[in-house]
Amino acid sequence: MATAAIPASRAPSVGVLLPAFTLWWREVVRFYRQRGRVAGVILSPLLFWIVIGSGFGTSFRSGQAAGQQHYLDYFYPGALVMIVLFTAIFTMMSVIEDRNEGFLLSVLVAPVPRAAIVLGKVLGGTTLATIQGLIFLVFAPLVGVHMTLASFGLIVLTVFLTSFALTALGFAIAWPMDSSQSFHAIINLFLIPLWLLSGALFPLSGASRWIRAVMYINPLTYGVEALRTLMYPLAPSSLSFTLTASILTLVLFTMFMFGLAFAVANRRTVGSR
Amino acid sequence: MTPNTSAIEHAAPEPQSLAANPIISVRDLVHRYQNRTALGGISFDVRPAELFGLLGPNGSGKTTLFRILSTLMAPSAGTAVIAGLNVVRDPAELRRHIGVVFQAQSVDPKLTAYENLWHQGHLYGLHGPALKARIEEILTRVGLLDRAQDRVESFSGGMQRRVELAKGLLHHPEVLLLDEPTTGLDPGARRDLWQYLRVLRDQEHVSVIVTTHLMEEAERCDRLAILNEGKLVALGTPEELTREIGGDVILLEARDPEALAEQIRTRFHVDATVMDANVRLEIENGHRFIPDVVEAFPGEIHALSVRKPTLEDVFIHRTGHRFWNEEPADEKKSKKKKKH
Repeated sequence: MATAAIPASRAPSVGVLLPAFTLWWREVVRFYRQRGRVAGVILSPLLFWIVIGSGFGTSFRSGQAAGQQHYLDYFYPGALVMIVLFTAIFTMMSVIEDRNEGFLLSVLVAPVPRAAIVLGKVLGGTTLATIQGLIFLVFAPLVGVHMTLASFGLIVLTVFLTSFALTALGFAIAWPMDSSQSFHAIINLFLIPLWLLSGALFPLSGASRWIRAVMYINPLTYGVEALRTLMYPLAPSSLSFTLTASILTLVLFTMFMFGLAFAVANRRTVGSR
Repeated sequence: MTPNTSAIEHAAPEPQSLAANPIISVRDLVHRYQNRTALGGISFDVRPAELFGLLGPNGSGKTTLFRILSTLMAPSAGTAVIAGLNVVRDPAELRRHIGVVFQAQSVDPKLTAYENLWHQGHLYGLHGPALKARIEEILTRVGLLDRAQDRVESFSGGMQRRVELAKGLLHHPEVLLLDEPTTGLDPGARRDLWQYLRVLRDQEHVSVIVTTHLMEEAERCDRLAILNEGKLVALGTPEELTREIGGDVILLEARDPEALAEQIRTRFHVDATVMDANVRLEIENGHRFIPDVVEAFPGEIHALSVRKPTLEDVFIHRTGHRFWNEEPADEKKSKKKKKH
């Protein structure tokens, strides 16, 4: 029986790159054609940064790890990671929309490998999240960040890796879901705490023992820490590991998340409804 | 091992002789969900360049069948072969040969008509000038070339359906599968769509499979399969199916339909049944029967109608209940419904 199937597989395959490219393209174009979404992902973290940063600033001054830094400065890398987190995760809500609208069905009946679907969608979200993150860098000079070409390159790399990992995570969460409400629930339950405990809001050193443990296993910590080291090379680091270690951890995290997204997409074969 | 199409032909010869090799061959297809059998062993063939209808009420299994044929789902048992390719064993290759138009909207409203097709072409390995030429060709075909650069969200329902159709046809499929394609369309747009499907069949020799729950649409198909509760209850051309009932269908409105039906059965020896508070019977030469029955029960009959059988009558004839099960039904039928 198995031999009967062989002739069919001789036909040239559509490949991964062209479909992945086109799915990536759609994701990006679609995003920028929805003004509300663009405004939302830029403005809400900006508000967060200014409101929380200014509000906490006075009460935080005594915190030992922040040193002489103003809290708005300390919070800056964390706010950037938050923009990346919001954009990355929320772009993957399109997976749920695509499934409910029938768009995903039309992709699933096309001769496209699953890997192309995952790669295209995740790279689309990654692109958007990276761009939003980099737009936020415009404010860097205001908070006393001086970048060299090298540190700028590494910041872009860190933002890209964090975006990729979080978008892949968003994809893996969104793929089996039917409603955006449950997606929101997961985000509130899981992702917001992940961000809160990443050293974005408060430094590791001041935290209690078990919170510190959570922060150490939280991959976002390494993104925040890498950015903080790159932006404020002179400020005392709250962690005991180097920039290289942070970035390598991020790379591992990214690879793991993409593998997870790929596995989830392959498991579910049907748009079951 | 010989190629699987011939193996199937030897294993299960079809009673009806087909002029050409079937483009779709479905054999003993079974599909079970956890606690429910959606398809209980279905077999039929579709000929090349045929407009083939899958007619059935909601829950008849036609959507399950559609999903299996469009490679979204593997059946629990049985085989389905399209264009010589098995839906379970060769889905990747088969997908290049079929175009699928879903009931749900699959076009992206934020993209223009051209962009939607450009995107779709890439999914099928088309690109560059060849893709551009093909997009223009297909947009001309569906009469939307002048709107190519407009976003789909600005289109009417009928125009969006035409973009869906263009998407499904972009890669020159041999078989086009459409799931309830006229849902939400006004009568004019409906007529246009069917007109276009016929053109497709006649000029491009595409085999078109349409699921529908609308009788008047099913009547426009070359041949159709009628499904009910996961079983094939009828297969043939609309004419063959309605002819087989023979004669006429008579409906009698009466004060006491149950009693009247009983009396008609004993007196005239015809199978009179009660359906929606009407007495219904199928009989040869209905016009001759009418004076007899009116005279036999003076004052009992309030109104009556006689007509040629429709596909709905075929459905009633084969299943013993109405097509629309969810409509107000008498007790006998509501019991039948509770089986699920």
